[in-house]
Amino acid sequence: MKLNGAQIVWESLVREGVEVVFGFPGGKVVQLYHTLPEYPIRHVLVRHEQAAAHAADGYARSTGRVGVCVATSGPGATNLVTGLATAAMDSSPIVAITGQVGTRDLGKDAFQETDITGITLPITKHNYLVTDVADLAMVIREAFHIAREGRPGPVLIDLPVNVQNAVTEYEYPDQVYLPGLRPKPEAPTDLLHKAADMLNQAARPLILAGRGVTISGGQPELRALCEKGNFPVVTTLLGKSCVPETNPLCLGMGGMHGEAYANRALQAADVIFAIGMRFDDRLTGDLKAFARNAKIIHSDIDRSEIGKNVRPDVALVGDAKEVLARLLPLIQPASHSTWWETINGWREETAARDILNKEQERLIPQYIIRKMWEITRDNPPIVVSDVGQNQMWEAQYFFHDRPRGLISSGGLGTMGFALPAALGVQIGNPDAQVWVVVGDGGFQMNMQEMATMVQERCPLKIVLLNNGYLGMVRQWQELFFERRYSATQLFNPDFVKLAEAFGVRGVMITDREGVEPALREAAQYPGPVLLEFIVEAEENVYPMVSAGAPLDSMITRP
Amino acid sequence: MKRTLVAMVQDKPGVLNRIVSLFRRRNFNIESLTVGHSEIPGVSRLTMVVEAPNVPAEQFVYQLDKLVNVIDVTDLTDTRSVVRELALIKVKADSQSRGEIMQLVEVFRAKIIDVSLNSLVVEIAGPEDRVQSLISLLESFGILEIVRTGRVAMARGPESSHSSDNGNGIARMLREQPTLVKSAVA
Repeated sequence: MKLNGAQIVWESLVREGVEVVFGFPGGKVVQLYHTLPEYPIRHVLVRHEQAAAHAADGYARSTGRVGVCVATSGPGATNLVTGLATAAMDSSPIVAITGQVGTRDLGKDAFQETDITGITLPITKHNYLVTDVADLAMVIREAFHIAREGRPGPVLIDLPVNVQNAVTEYEYPDQVYLPGLRPKPEAPTDLLHKAADMLNQAARPLILAGRGVTISGGQPELRALCEKGNFPVVTTLLGKSCVPETNPLCLGMGGMHGEAYANRALQAADVIFAIGMRFDDRLTGDLKAFARNAKIIHSDIDRSEIGKNVRPDVALVGDAKEVLARLLPLIQPASHSTWWETINGWREETAARDILNKEQERLIPQYIIRKMWEITRDNPPIVVSDVGQNQMWEAQYFFHDRPRGLISSGGLGTMGFALPAALGVQIGNPDAQVWVVVGDGGFQMNMQEMATMVQERCPLKIVLLNNGYLGMVRQWQELFFERRYSATQLFNPDFVKLAEAFGVRGVMITDREGVEPALREAAQYPGPVLLEFIVEAEENVYPMVSAGAPLDSMITRP
Repeated sequence: MKRTLVAMVQDKPGVLNRIVSLFRRRNFNIESLTVGHSEIPGVSRLTMVVEAPNVPAEQFVYQLDKLVNVIDVTDLTDTRSVVRELALIKVKADSQSRGEIMQLVEVFRAKIIDVSLNSLVVEIAGPEDRVQSLISLLESFGILEIVRTGRVAMARGPESSHSSDNGNGIARMLREQPTLVKSAVA
């Protein structure tokens, strides 16, 4: 059948199983939007294109499916950049479609023209500028394939208006021909045996798991492996929930603000099996000192991550789920009781220092997060966190059992991610309860999306930790910059009034006693709620490994 | 350490940009880069000399290979290869010095491809050290202009420079379409 470019886009998206797109119209996508209502695809109108990208990202991370966002040319496209970079850093599969000026106007500084393919080269897995409508169907097919395959990532398709209007014979291709993509890697059997031997013979083995396990759906295999060998598991921030965190084998998050006992275990281990993670500097601290006693087995689907930061003793390039499944029968059951005694001793030490066990009066953020976890236990939610102290406290005080239960910007650390991403999460998971943890700084970066939240009827539960500061930067200024709070103090609006202006229920809580009732009420409330907690202004995230310092040199609560 | 990389890439608009952009953001320094058609239609061959301190050698290959338009990357540094460069050297030459220059050119098995009253253009193709030697010797006569192509390299022996089938794209391409290159070995 003969279709124009715009129709080809939607028709192809339907063939790819796309049910929702997040977008914002503009001059160079009017044709696209004109044809959209004829197709069974839900469109979510955001209030800033950045939110469209984050929403597509949140959708992708929480469902495992490809998220799609649409923007017009020029400023619409450039507004996607932060969202694409966020998705690229955390290997999230999204396809972004941008309008573009007509092919005859390209390169002439036309109205709302931007070289978006040039701009997004470093932050997309691949991108396309479609100049011939005859190529469009194949481009879309390829884009989705590339976004999903191997290590997922964002793909951008730039679509000039005349291509949107041009007509051609439509056929959605069955296969893609991408000779530049490598076939799915499979770890050689002899290396798997070598890795298994190392783990079986280790006195202090440890598993270090990241988002790759979640992406490949390897949570059951990882759990089985840990339980068989009685291995302690440390996760990265984005690896949280790849093993249920309430499982005693799970030591929680390691790294810059990780649990003290998790970091001590990393530094004491003699064999570390790292899977689906890339030894990011937030986790490792000073690489020269990282895991100084351990031989390392590194498994990742992206072979360029092997040896990039850490030189492993054994490299297993392959899909995490498959590697874990093949490794499982080779692991001998063990108890490692001495190792566990040591670890549990550290655990007790850490618990003794924990502020939750000491602070009874002030309203501290850690208390709020812990309460949030307690009251949602029988209906585990998906939590979307922003960036900064709020993100770290969430990671430290909420135990994520639900797979894909924590959605957060790890690699890029994008403030303003949480609210729009949560929209994508809720729309992709209509039966889940979605809690959003934000600080007063990050919330204001995309708070206009409360309008989208109401328009799309997303009953998000927003936990706003208001300390009047850009908390994480303020902490650094306190600890390392002589307490000079340069540009970190915020005048804030009345968030409750603001929420109400958007038609969102707003509640302010100023003391400990109000926390649990407010959280419970929000959980029951059928619509979106903003809970503004006025928290201790100068509370710090502990422990802390300062940037570039060895993991052993943790700064603990004074 | 300098590495010589050969990349087989799809002949599509913007591919060179992708490669150079990648190397810049990974902080890999490109010392030379040359590109042209390969024996396979639609596939271009890039030869690069690259360097980055403290970067494991395989990182260049793995990072480059991730690009969707890059079909294959081979590191020829440690392989027995033929390595050549072409240079055109415009040197000052008058009736006094012309003879001497021509002798040098003959010794180096180079060629004179342009003559004027006051200058000669010398063409030399050969291993880089030979090219560099000639340039150094000609400097004493006064060099007006030099253009160098950068290194091209090819593995010695009958095997193609694209490494043996380790999942690489060229081998797969040729397997699936054996008539692509008329004399391709299966």
